[in-house]
Amino acid sequence: MSSNVPSSSSGAAGSADSSAPRRNSKRPKYSRFTQQELPACKPILTPRWVISAFMLVGIIFIPIGVAALFASREVVEIVDRYETECIPEEFRNDKVNYIQKPGNKPCNRTLTVPKKMKQPIYVYYQLDNFYQNHRRYVKSRSDEQLRNNDSASDTSDCKPEDYANGAPIVPCGLIAWSLFNDTYNFSRNNEQLSLNKKGISWKSDREHKFGKDVYPKNFQNGTLIGGAHLNESIPLSEQEDLIVWMRTAALPTFRKLYGKIEVDLQINDTIQVSLENNYNTYSFNGKKKLVLSTTSWLGGKNDFLGIAYLTVGGICIFLAMAFTVVYLVKPRRLGDPSYLSWNRNPGGH
Amino acid sequence: MVGGTGRGIRFSKLYSFSCVRSSFREDRSQIGQKGYTRVVHCNDPDDPEAVQLNYRGNYVSTTKYTAVNFLPKSLFEQFRRVANIYFLVVACVSFSPLAPYSALSVLAPLLVVIGATMAKEAVEDWRRRKQDIEANNRRVQVYRNNSFCKAKWKDLRVGDIVKVDKDEFFPADLFLLSSSYEDGICYVETMNLDGETNLKLKHALEETSSLQDEKSFQQFKAVIQCEDPNEDLYSFILLRDSKLRNTDYIHGVVIFTGHDTKVMQNATDPPSKRSKIERRMDKIVYILFSTLVLISFIGSVFFGTETRKDISGGKYRRWYLRPDDTTVFYDPQRPVLAAFLHFLTGLMLYGYLIPISLYVSIEIVKVLQSIFINQDQDMYYEETDKPAHARTSNLNEELGQIDTILSDKTGTLTCNSMEFVKCSIAGTAYGRGMTEVERALARRNDRPHEVGDASSDLLGDGDEMDLGKPIKGFNFRDERIMHGRWVNEPHADAIQKFFRVLAICHTAIPDINEGEISYEAESPDEAAFVIAARELGFEFFSRKQTCISLHELDHESGGKVDRTYKLLHVLEFKSSRKRMSVIVRNPENQLLLLSKGADSVMFERLSKEGRMFEAQTREHIRNYAEAGLRTLVLAYRDLDEEEYKAWEEEFSRAKTSVAADHDALVDAACDKIERDLILLGATAVEDKLQKGVPECIDRLAQAGIKIWVLTGDKMETAINIGYACSLLRQGMKQIVITLDSQDIDVLRKQGDKEAIAKASCESIRKQIREGKSQLISAKENSVSFALIIDGESLSFALNKNLEKSFLELAIDCASVICCRSSPKQKALVTRLVKMGTGETTLAIGDGANDVGMLQEADIGVGVSGVEGMQAVMSSDFAIAQFRFLERLLLVHGHWCYRRISMMICYFFYKNIAFGFTLFWFEAYASFSGQPAYNDWYMSFYNVFFTSLPVIALGVFDQDVSARLCLKYPLLYQEGVQNILFSWPRILGWMSNGVISSIIIFFFTTKSIIPQAFRRDGQVTDFEVLGATMYTSVVWAVNCQIALSINYFTWIQHFFIWGSIIFWYIFLVIYGSLSPTVSTTAYRVLVEACAPSVLYWLATLLGVISTLLPYFSYRAFQTRFRPLYHDIIQQKRSEGLETDDTPNELPHRVRDKIQHLKMGLRRS
Repeated sequence: MSSNVPSSSSGAAGSADSSAPRRNSKRPKYSRFTQQELPACKPILTPRWVISAFMLVGIIFIPIGVAALFASREVVEIVDRYETECIPEEFRNDKVNYIQKPGNKPCNRTLTVPKKMKQPIYVYYQLDNFYQNHRRYVKSRSDEQLRNNDSASDTSDCKPEDYANGAPIVPCGLIAWSLFNDTYNFSRNNEQLSLNKKGISWKSDREHKFGKDVYPKNFQNGTLIGGAHLNESIPLSEQEDLIVWMRTAALPTFRKLYGKIEVDLQINDTIQVSLENNYNTYSFNGKKKLVLSTTSWLGGKNDFLGIAYLTVGGICIFLAMAFTVVYLVKPRRLGDPSYLSWNRNPGGH
Repeated sequence: MVGGTGRGIRFSKLYSFSCVRSSFREDRSQIGQKGYTRVVHCNDPDDPEAVQLNYRGNYVSTTKYTAVNFLPKSLFEQFRRVANIYFLVVACVSFSPLAPYSALSVLAPLLVVIGATMAKEAVEDWRRRKQDIEANNRRVQVYRNNSFCKAKWKDLRVGDIVKVDKDEFFPADLFLLSSSYEDGICYVETMNLDGETNLKLKHALEETSSLQDEKSFQQFKAVIQCEDPNEDLYSFILLRDSKLRNTDYIHGVVIFTGHDTKVMQNATDPPSKRSKIERRMDKIVYILFSTLVLISFIGSVFFGTETRKDISGGKYRRWYLRPDDTTVFYDPQRPVLAAFLHFLTGLMLYGYLIPISLYVSIEIVKVLQSIFINQDQDMYYEETDKPAHARTSNLNEELGQIDTILSDKTGTLTCNSMEFVKCSIAGTAYGRGMTEVERALARRNDRPHEVGDASSDLLGDGDEMDLGKPIKGFNFRDERIMHGRWVNEPHADAIQKFFRVLAICHTAIPDINEGEISYEAESPDEAAFVIAARELGFEFFSRKQTCISLHELDHESGGKVDRTYKLLHVLEFKSSRKRMSVIVRNPENQLLLLSKGADSVMFERLSKEGRMFEAQTREHIRNYAEAGLRTLVLAYRDLDEEEYKAWEEEFSRAKTSVAADHDALVDAACDKIERDLILLGATAVEDKLQKGVPECIDRLAQAGIKIWVLTGDKMETAINIGYACSLLRQGMKQIVITLDSQDIDVLRKQGDKEAIAKASCESIRKQIREGKSQLISAKENSVSFALIIDGESLSFALNKNLEKSFLELAIDCASVICCRSSPKQKALVTRLVKMGTGETTLAIGDGANDVGMLQEADIGVGVSGVEGMQAVMSSDFAIAQFRFLERLLLVHGHWCYRRISMMICYFFYKNIAFGFTLFWFEAYASFSGQPAYNDWYMSFYNVFFTSLPVIALGVFDQDVSARLCLKYPLLYQEGVQNILFSWPRILGWMSNGVISSIIIFFFTTKSIIPQAFRRDGQVTDFEVLGATMYTSVVWAVNCQIALSINYFTWIQHFFIWGSIIFWYIFLVIYGSLSPTVSTTAYRVLVEACAPSVLYWLATLLGVISTLLPYFSYRAFQTRFRPLYHDIIQQKRSEGLETDDTPNELPHRVRDKIQHLKMGLRRS
């Protein structure tokens, strides 16, 4: 009395006995993953969460800000800008000419210690408007050559400071060539303050980037002399001024470590600095500063971080309060569908 | 085609299937002319002439590539994408000194991307190749050296004679010579080609049908001249890849081989569709590209002026750059050139604004999303063992933006399994079953429904007497005529004739299987008729060329007798004729014409005396149509011999004519004999609604999606189905546009076509105008309207000048039903909606007639139902049941839309945040083009440190669960209105990116420069600044995504926090490599950064400050301007959604939709 009607011929035939377990069933296998039902946490911004988050940020940030500010204030820093003062009055109209003249250009500066400075006191020079991060400048070096004695001729990136008088320059490139060459000597009450110039560079640089058996060769022998000369008998790994200089600065205003004074300086101590003003920052109107600074756990003196932390923390506390007030004043439930409206201009992001 | 045997071809006397007709319509003079040059030397492929023709072999290759051309061709394909060209140019330029970073770090990601895509192509192509190899090496029997021997498909040549056995595929396009049947017919199934599962009948020439064995082929030689290879499917004979059915074997001559075959000629690529979001993304890319050009330009202007100043009056300003001895890139003498070259450098440097990885990530995400769609158990249909299938992955998010659904009816809303439920014989209605439509109507009216014969409802649904085993296609219950009791009915005679017509007047083929008979029919309707006849005692069991045999219940004896009817002619069914007839000679030697057809054509063909039951029958038909049933009128007449002879002559002449109006002649001849019929009754077949359709439509309507139904059905049927599937509701006002008015009828009788067209056009215009004014007047009462239009009217309404007003009317109506529409009209309506409203359309259908619509719509969804695979093959998504559409749109569509739009917004955010830090740094590096970061930090940014979380967002994020998506369908409007990818939102994210970059750059530099950044007095240098800033960026963008994600599983946690941790791990590992490799990253974390408290504090400050703007905004927005998903999330978190209150929203929802619509219209 019954039969199938295979009006669709082949395909439908197999579907008749759907109850029988099918071997090749295409039924998707169940797993929470494929059915997109993995256990999940579904955070949403309830008033409580919003206020707690703001409060939390505020509570964490304000103490950090205070601590950072204290740390910054604790640091004693002496900054002496000398690039103009160290040019004799008569040359001040043509500083570039003066600085390019051969010969010594001594200059004496006197610094007063405003507060007790505990050792170690770090001595920096700070240059300004000097683009050590200029692409041409940054690339003009040969890491291979600095590291390896056999690669002295690996100077492809160093142009135009690659060869001088037919021989490769070691260290080659613009960075090395423009090595900073002002020198500082400190004395307190006519008593020489010893300046430790060891360990001012990164250890990894000394040990891995600058070879112990690589000696300066043919350096500053070209037609144009850039900056400092190097002692050809000292390997590069010990030329710490060069190593520090070669680690290029991030921004056009930068400090570089010159040395460490390893005695405490007392309040109102006068420090005489006899410096050699050799480096030409005048052609690009760059300032030169000498900086003596102690450090705290946070480093040097900079109020920005503390202020920023306090500001952000303050804003968060304020927002927390504002939201609290708003929620108290208008305690409508978020889930209230009367909020539902489509003709508003959305744009949540 | 013309038989080379020289004589004309005679058609079979019995069948009028038109397999070779269309080529006959062509003039013979075309043979040998352009387009008709093919010459086939049958059974003689080695003939010198044949060899000279050099037709291709039967080797088929569907692969895109070969081993040789893979590399160039796939590369070419890759670089057709503009984005890839940009990246390639960048990579090429990166080898020049222009590059701000090393070439390898640019090239590597590009190679990975291109390599991955090419690998995907290669794998896909390899699969195709394997299929090809399989097909090419199939075996077929070929006549060679006087016997049939097995040969591979690929070795076939044009002119070979092959033998194909039952249920085998044809290896090439064949010319049928003979078959196991004496008269040379065979049955063919073309499911592989057009998806139709019904069998098609093909004939051999009479001259060749005797070639039955190997011997007879020894002497067989012939030449066939025919048309050149083309894609016209229905003009030729046995097509490659179709299947031989119900025939033991055939012999055929190979005519077209390999790529000349119809199936290969027809292989076209489906139209490629792109989603709206992707198109908008292109615009974003253009914006970003302009930004890129702008900031590069700004940079190069500054760079140029700075460089120019380096030498002035013989003095070197920045002497340390050696401006006197420089390269062209920094030459102060040629600052303009230097600036231009720097501009190119800038384009590369800020290239991070246009991330190469975005395209890859989106591709990956979409593929994974498709897998989720394919894997969804809730869209798996047990009965046909079919899961949902995303055939294209690039439209997933479009599923969440559907504004209008255009749906086919038969097979989509309904099952397309026709069930014989009622009939009216000799003015009496039989059949007691309630149809679903009736039930729906009854539910709606809250009263038992009284459709059909009143007496037939005495028994309810529940207590049908013999429930037996349900029979597919047969749901008829009436004890008055079942089990042979019809003999006691008053018009037993008419009942007998009625069922004989059902059993004889068809083209079905019986298939006897273990004593059970099943039928292969052209349409499910026809199968239902034959089954109904069988169940009532008129079992059709055998069809031969010339006769049809039935087991009949004998009127008198009550026993079974076999009766054989000689089949003289089949006047086939055609949509223009709307009827089919057979002429038979019954065992009593009477000539009978048995006919069935649509009421509109049948009633006018009745004889005067044949109209006895016309009034009742018409009434019943009306009732059936109201109940959503498909009706056919059955009638017959006795023919006398002379009349028949005269007619047959005329008919044969018409059939063998080769004139252009062949069809018209045949129709006219048929028309002559199909007259003076005697009415027997009418059948009513139910096209059952699929499960869950009304609920699904209701839910989709609640989601604010408009639904149009485009059907070929009668208006009454369509309206009733509309009610049944809750597309039309009580209280809805109907606007009916039709041409069934008297004026037009009058004109029709006069036959003046122009006048009809003009009047029709006017009439439609008037009706549209009236409809509009109704809408306007009813606006205040918020009554919803339904528009119903028939196909004829539609063809006028789709005219250029009416199109617009029609659309305006239609989009204001809640539901639109277009009945009697042709496939082409379906596609036209789809285009009209798509173009006219600019909204996203989705077309859903199951049959070959829906293909145009599916391809035209923004998204085509194929229902893999009874009508074969054609619709599915041209669809973008395939589902097994209409009701899965709800889940596909409301859940997957919503999620995918949300995921993709969030993902793109975020992607641009993170790259802008990163890219702009580079720009700010440039401002402090005199725009020299020095990147702030190590090359590899930059290359890995989009690969390792930020990509996985965003992919996780794109694949897994859910704002609300699937259950809530379905519970609050209105949520779907977020996609329709494109709220999550609106310009304010996109620009908001972008500006957030810029703000983040500013915060990170300035906070970091200001707090760690220039003082000592550690206790030991070391200062921040280039390397440390890069590492610190980069750390902040990695933290910030990853925390930002953590803030925007709504759904945290372990995967998200793993990816987000893993990415951050991986950055540190990377820094340690990379930093411990030799300094020549790691350059500026050498020990930067271990030695320099990690011991510095300042480094950690600066990171913390940067990260938290970066997150604050977004967090505050979100806190404000969820509170004061919540989006719909915010509200639902809130409800969920408060545990409100658990108490099930399904009626809570709908009326509000409806108001909102109304409100919303008005808002949209205003804008």
